[in-house]
Amino acid sequence: MQSVKLAVSALALAAASATAAAARDNVQVAGSSTVLPYASIVAEAFGENFDFPTPVVESGGSSAGLKRFCEGVGENTIDIANASRAIREKEIKACADAGVTDIIEVRIGYDGIVFASQKDGPAFTAFEPADWYNALAPKVVKDGELVDNPYTKWSEFNADLPDVEIAAFIPGTKHGTREVFEEKVLAAGCETTGALEAMVASGMSEDDAEDACISVRTDGKSVDIDGDYTETLARIDSNANGVGVFGLAFYENNTDKLKVATMSGIEPSTETIASGEYPVSRPLFFYIKKAHIGVIPGLKEYAEFFVADEIAGPDGPLANYGLVSDPELADTQAKVADEVTMGESM
Amino acid sequence: MTDATYTGGKEPAKHGLLTVDARTKKRNASEKRFRMYGLAAIGAGVFFLVVLLGAIIANGIGAFQQTFIEVPVYLEEAKLDKTGNRDPEEMAKVSTFGYSPLIQNSLWKVIVDSGAETPLEDGGDVKQMISASAAAKVRDWVLANPDRVGETVDFQILASSRVDGYLKGRVSRESIAQDKNIDAEHLDLVDALRAQGVVHKSFNWEFITGADASESRAEQAGLGVSMLGSLFMMITVLLLALPIGVAASIYLEEFAPTNRFTDFIEVNISNLAAVPSIVFGILGLAAFIQFAHLPQSAPLVGGLTLTLMTLPTIVISTRAALKAVPPSIRDAALGVGASKMQATFHHVLPLAMPGILTGTIIGLAQALGETAPLLLIGMVGYIATNYPEGVFSGFLSPNSAMPAQIYEWAKRADPAYYERAWGGIIVLLVFLLAMNLLAIVLRRKFERRW
Repeated sequence: MQSVKLAVSALALAAASATAAAARDNVQVAGSSTVLPYASIVAEAFGENFDFPTPVVESGGSSAGLKRFCEGVGENTIDIANASRAIREKEIKACADAGVTDIIEVRIGYDGIVFASQKDGPAFTAFEPADWYNALAPKVVKDGELVDNPYTKWSEFNADLPDVEIAAFIPGTKHGTREVFEEKVLAAGCETTGALEAMVASGMSEDDAEDACISVRTDGKSVDIDGDYTETLARIDSNANGVGVFGLAFYENNTDKLKVATMSGIEPSTETIASGEYPVSRPLFFYIKKAHIGVIPGLKEYAEFFVADEIAGPDGPLANYGLVSDPELADTQAKVADEVTMGESM
Repeated sequence: MTDATYTGGKEPAKHGLLTVDARTKKRNASEKRFRMYGLAAIGAGVFFLVVLLGAIIANGIGAFQQTFIEVPVYLEEAKLDKTGNRDPEEMAKVSTFGYSPLIQNSLWKVIVDSGAETPLEDGGDVKQMISASAAAKVRDWVLANPDRVGETVDFQILASSRVDGYLKGRVSRESIAQDKNIDAEHLDLVDALRAQGVVHKSFNWEFITGADASESRAEQAGLGVSMLGSLFMMITVLLLALPIGVAASIYLEEFAPTNRFTDFIEVNISNLAAVPSIVFGILGLAAFIQFAHLPQSAPLVGGLTLTLMTLPTIVISTRAALKAVPPSIRDAALGVGASKMQATFHHVLPLAMPGILTGTIIGLAQALGETAPLLLIGMVGYIATNYPEGVFSGFLSPNSAMPAQIYEWAKRADPAYYERAWGGIIVLLVFLLAMNLLAIVLRRKFERRW
């Protein structure tokens, strides 16, 4: 059978060349979908200006990316993990167990998290972290007592907010954005409403109380979005009272459909985030496997290009797209140039 | 039995060919109702199809048109070639960031020459109108033609996605009120330049042949590279799934004894055909990438994974085709002294070929539209950016696939990508339609009836 012979030889050939061509010549990146737009902008410019092929950038979330990053060292593992939060201790340990010991942490800048509702819907102009805690927590403080969350409308706990049903669309737990939301909004609200104190007073340990602070009610008022911001946008589009959590850059691309909400009276923008007035922002990172530098062509050049002034600086394309540039960018550049790993001091 | 011809009683029988009694009426009415139900079902199907196709075409047709700006760019020697010896290697040190101001200033000159009134002041103010891809286009051209530095050269550069959206009606002065990426003054300029023909829309070949672009340049993105990714995947699937599937079905159908073991295999094949495709993605990740150490994001791995998914479909349709060949053909061949293998390969297989091909093409079409398994083997993301250098690199260097590219575009922030996602669906549908048509043509042409 001619065709069978042909197919078998083709398979053998392909397998043989796969092993021969194992020397990968492009940088592979995976991780946070928040960092993906920035990484793709850098990768594109990198491919245009250098003789290296354009790096490959996959998304999938910070945790998923770091998990793949920590699978080990070698050509069939990724070189860089993008993350919208800092790497965790247990991830560093998982990395070390798999042989990934030297990791270079690169902070590329800051990203704002904005709250936005439908353009034609009610205006949310008076958000405080406490409101989000009252809206989303399973247990809240009412009249000095810790009770199961009775609230169904925003106006029930803050008269300045519209009299509409609570319908929040927040990032799912696999997203790094969720962690920032929990820390900067829910935990902060938990403290200001006095819920944390009440929980500790009721006999909970401090750690348990802090965990309880960031848990979210499960009666459908709050919906976890595991997909991307486009999914959140679609949910907001079909629900006039919905409020969603977005990245600043995503909001700036969709100003015709979304109305941004203020937090603590401040409207989010690159300026208010850079100055620290707008409270909900977080640093963005990428992590490099030092063992791959020198093995994968272009890896170090890509990292250096990423943090160069003309890219990540205040007038660069990343800032244009919505990244708040890091005032300490020069330190980061030096760190990448000297390949300073985590745990090493400069 | 008594005599049955007795028809006594008060009422004579009303049954007859010409008289319609109540029961016949009822039966006729029920048949009519059934036909109506059938028509209604078809009508509903056609209605949804029309709505779906209408939505796809209405949303996606815009992706096939793109807005260009004609700009004579002055290639300033002091910026592009400081030493003046026209050495492309030295000139390559000027990055795209060095080219952007030249293009912006050239566009500003066009605006000033056009006499359009604007409150904007210089080239830096109109950078929002130009795609970021323009600098790369000019730089590539200059590095290929270093002798032309110092001249003024006409370029057709892409307009930014907002300007493009304005010409297509997606962006309006109201919708950009809060938008920091473009202002109403820019749109006024676009109107003025459009009247002079400097800004114009034309067919967008780049969308069909081009590579993926980054988040900030929706106007530049194209399907071409991911189409090649799909092509190399389909070649892998065809080369593996067809021979393996046909060999397995011929053995099972013609040679294998019927026993518990073959029954077990049969049940398993039917089961595999119904397994969700994401499961094959997990299998592909474990088997081909983590165990066999094949490269990530490679069309070869995608093709191998889709082969696993397509095999049961091909086996089932091939077995059905072999079963449809009448036993008399085999008997006749065996009767004149052919061996079983000769009977199969000389007589049964050729007659079953149209059915096998149809099954294969439908299996391939299914594989072509599959995204879920590709998610797990790293073929979704900002990947389809480099054209493969040859056949081997086509199989092995990272690439995406058409449906994966569409999925990726649909996720991106710029609404211009949304339009491109729909445009991508149109292209994918054209491919699927062509494959299904081919299947029908092959079947019509070679089908034998007994």
